[in-house]
Amino acid sequence: MAHKMAKNMKYETIIGLEVHVELATKSKMFCGCPADHFGKAPNTITCPVCLGLPGALPVPNKKAVESTIMLGLALECEIPLESKFDRKHYFYPDLPKGYQISQYDQPLAINGSFGNVRIRRVHLEEDTGKLQHATIEGEAVSLVDFNRSGVPLVEIVTEPDFRTLEEVDVFLKKLQQIIRYLGISNADMEKGSMRIEPSVSIRTLKTEELPLYRVEIKNINSFKFARKAIEYEIERQTEMLESGEQPKQQTRGFVESKGNTAAQRDKEEAHDYRYFPEPDIPPMRWKSSQLSAISRQIGELPDAKKGRFMKDYYLNDYDATLLTEARARAEYFEKAVSIQSSVVSPKAIANWIINKKIDLEKVTPAQLLDQILQSTQTTSVSDNELEKIIKQILSENEKAVEDYKSGKDQALMFLVGQGLKSLSQKGNASIIRERLINAIKSSAQ
Amino acid sequence: MEINSLTIQSALDVLKKKECSARELVAFYLDRIEKIDGKINAFLTVDREGALQQADEADSMRANDVTKPLLGMPIACKDLFTTKGLRTTAGAKIIDNYVPPFDASVVGRLKEAGAIIIGKTNEDAWGHGSSGENSDFDVTKNPYDLTRVPGGSSSGSAAAVAAGMCLAATGTDTGSSVRLPAAFCNLVGIKPTYGRVSRYGVIAMASSFDTIGHMTKTVADCALVYETTSGKDLFDGTTPDIDVPSYAKSLGKGIAGTRVGIPKEYLSLPGMAAEVKAATQQAMKTLGLLGADIIEISLPHTEYAMACYYILVPSEVSSNLSRYDGIRYGHERSAFGAEAKRRIVLGTFALSAGYYDAYYKKAAKVRTLIKKDFDDAFGAVDVIMAPSSPALPFRIGEKSEDPLAMYLSDIFMCPVNIAGVPALNVPCGFVDGLPVGMQLIGPQFSEARLFGVASAYEAATQWHTKWPKT
Repeated sequence: MAHKMAKNMKYETIIGLEVHVELATKSKMFCGCPADHFGKAPNTITCPVCLGLPGALPVPNKKAVESTIMLGLALECEIPLESKFDRKHYFYPDLPKGYQISQYDQPLAINGSFGNVRIRRVHLEEDTGKLQHATIEGEAVSLVDFNRSGVPLVEIVTEPDFRTLEEVDVFLKKLQQIIRYLGISNADMEKGSMRIEPSVSIRTLKTEELPLYRVEIKNINSFKFARKAIEYEIERQTEMLESGEQPKQQTRGFVESKGNTAAQRDKEEAHDYRYFPEPDIPPMRWKSSQLSAISRQIGELPDAKKGRFMKDYYLNDYDATLLTEARARAEYFEKAVSIQSSVVSPKAIANWIINKKIDLEKVTPAQLLDQILQSTQTTSVSDNELEKIIKQILSENEKAVEDYKSGKDQALMFLVGQGLKSLSQKGNASIIRERLINAIKSSAQ
Repeated sequence: MEINSLTIQSALDVLKKKECSARELVAFYLDRIEKIDGKINAFLTVDREGALQQADEADSMRANDVTKPLLGMPIACKDLFTTKGLRTTAGAKIIDNYVPPFDASVVGRLKEAGAIIIGKTNEDAWGHGSSGENSDFDVTKNPYDLTRVPGGSSSGSAAAVAAGMCLAATGTDTGSSVRLPAAFCNLVGIKPTYGRVSRYGVIAMASSFDTIGHMTKTVADCALVYETTSGKDLFDGTTPDIDVPSYAKSLGKGIAGTRVGIPKEYLSLPGMAAEVKAATQQAMKTLGLLGADIIEISLPHTEYAMACYYILVPSEVSSNLSRYDGIRYGHERSAFGAEAKRRIVLGTFALSAGYYDAYYKKAAKVRTLIKKDFDDAFGAVDVIMAPSSPALPFRIGEKSEDPLAMYLSDIFMCPVNIAGVPALNVPCGFVDGLPVGMQLIGPQFSEARLFGVASAYEAATQWHTKWPKT
């Protein structure tokens, strides 16, 4: 390992990503068949359109187009006012029309950025069917299942801005999170609703230009395998460079059983897709009012939500990060906090959600509050002791006091939480609350 | 009853007066097909059983006072129209066993209007051709002269209506395929505004050019069927939501003051047959006598139209035919006919990396210029009148060895498809017993006006009553 590290010191890895995400729309991209194909019996959700029967025509799914624009906006892309679909031709048994309806030179979203990574484009296309290789009555056969054919598929292409595996990892997890936040897909790699194709190349340090080749890796179906495949490629290419060989522009497939990659296609064998504008679908033109309506549907994204949780509920970075990991969890937390009659502090609610691993599906926010209250041991605390603590809290948390005075109820919750903390959870929250209110009132007079 | 001379209008009248039943009417036509189609080869599939059953249903509806615009009318469909449960071949061997699980939208609309689909007609395979000779099955003959072609690609539909084997037949027009056979078989044929009639379920030739029309014996019949087939379809994203007017109401009005443009590039075409030119000039005179203002106009990019068409159309053809990949439908791609292979190769080349800009992209720019020619012309005139074909129906085999000569039979028609505007073929004369047709071309969605001008001309002439002796 140390040996490898030393080698790597001379080189820099360049990684770009292509990420495919199946949209969780009700119907498929160009027909009325249900888009949810996971686990369905083969060829049970098909129609003339997604089977590519003679004469059938595609009609685009408005929701899928909007979802793609929404994602583009969330990735800070420009949304060109004109976009169109194109036909991408290649032969494969799972592609019933002999072409895939995709987008070529006018994608729905371009030139975005997500963290430090530049997004080249976000476009919409249709998924293909799936081949199954089986043995039937002793004969090796290939079967086609068209259930997945025509499911809306978004492709996100980054610039080659990654230099380390860790950056790739962080990006993918954040991308998955944001996609789930938008509610446009489950982005589940194991189920194939999110697929990653990294392109990897190596250059010597201090070189400005990108290498003249890149190796695209296909057939990756988990974060773990993405990591493994890239790791293997870095090693393979570095060794080639070390021994004076020049890696080739190639498409390689990840081989799960061996944890390595194998050559699939060289540059000379690259497809000529013969793109041309899809004549069956008129071009799309947006008014800025339509785009702002889509933009309004985006809602608060994870980073903004986390910041707000820290500020409004006096949560630390750790708690706020965990609470805002998934939108459902964040919403649950806010619902619990917003129950006015409650005297439980946001911090306590956060602790319970995070540490006690509450099943958000089964326990309602109100039930959670009851649980928290019941578990709070109420033992008698002397009046004097309480008085002292209240004074201390008020003097140590002037900002929260001011916030409360200016009408922010959450600040009071925070102060109650401080009280409970000082009393090692022995205090009665409603009594502390009452005393705090009285104390603040009298100090104001 | 002289069945050969029936039109939709007169047949509806016959049924209304209970002079015969829909079953009897349909049986007449089925028998006639059986009797004469061996000579003509207009039909690839005849649905005797289905047609008679639909006729019985029509009779029981009529008995229950159900009114439908085409109730009981026997209509044939070009074999590009998918018909649920009824074999659909596109005139091509490669799908000779294909039985669609759904109806084309237009077929559905015709059935809903009460029409009876009696069978599927022969055609140049996939719509590729101007004579019917590119059918992978038999060659259809012209009922006016069995040694001549009926025009294509909707060859069987034209021959079937002309020979009195049905009252109307559907066709597709990508470059001429409704109008040319209508001209060669003395019929009224409509090439709609692009997008006016749904393409859903009609096997695609070149998607951005394909229009879905039909052929009838009279202008009134044509308008009646058009009211049924046109209008927005949720299954075809290229059909705009524009109201369908009552085309029947646009008939029978005068045309005094209508500005009729004559493109100077068309009549001066070298190779234009003198007798066709004379018939066209006679028709021009007639329109003038009816009160129309005849105005010379220019369509300056006409000479580039065929080149533009034969780059863009094969490009789309190569794409649309890629689904017949040898995996489904039971035949390998080697089963494509010579013309399909020619267009697949041409189109694949024009779309290939390194050639796209020089061919496809350049042709797409020319397309815009030709569209503009028509836009400019319609600034000064209401309709354009032009010959349909530069020559009379030619002999079977005369051009089949020379694809370029065959392509040039469409020289007055392809520009119309490039521009996406509507046009009618209207019978306008006979030379040596062979029909001559003229085109009336209008701006987008101006079909009502075209029907109006055509009906005024038809009322003043007798060409449409001259039927072949078969």
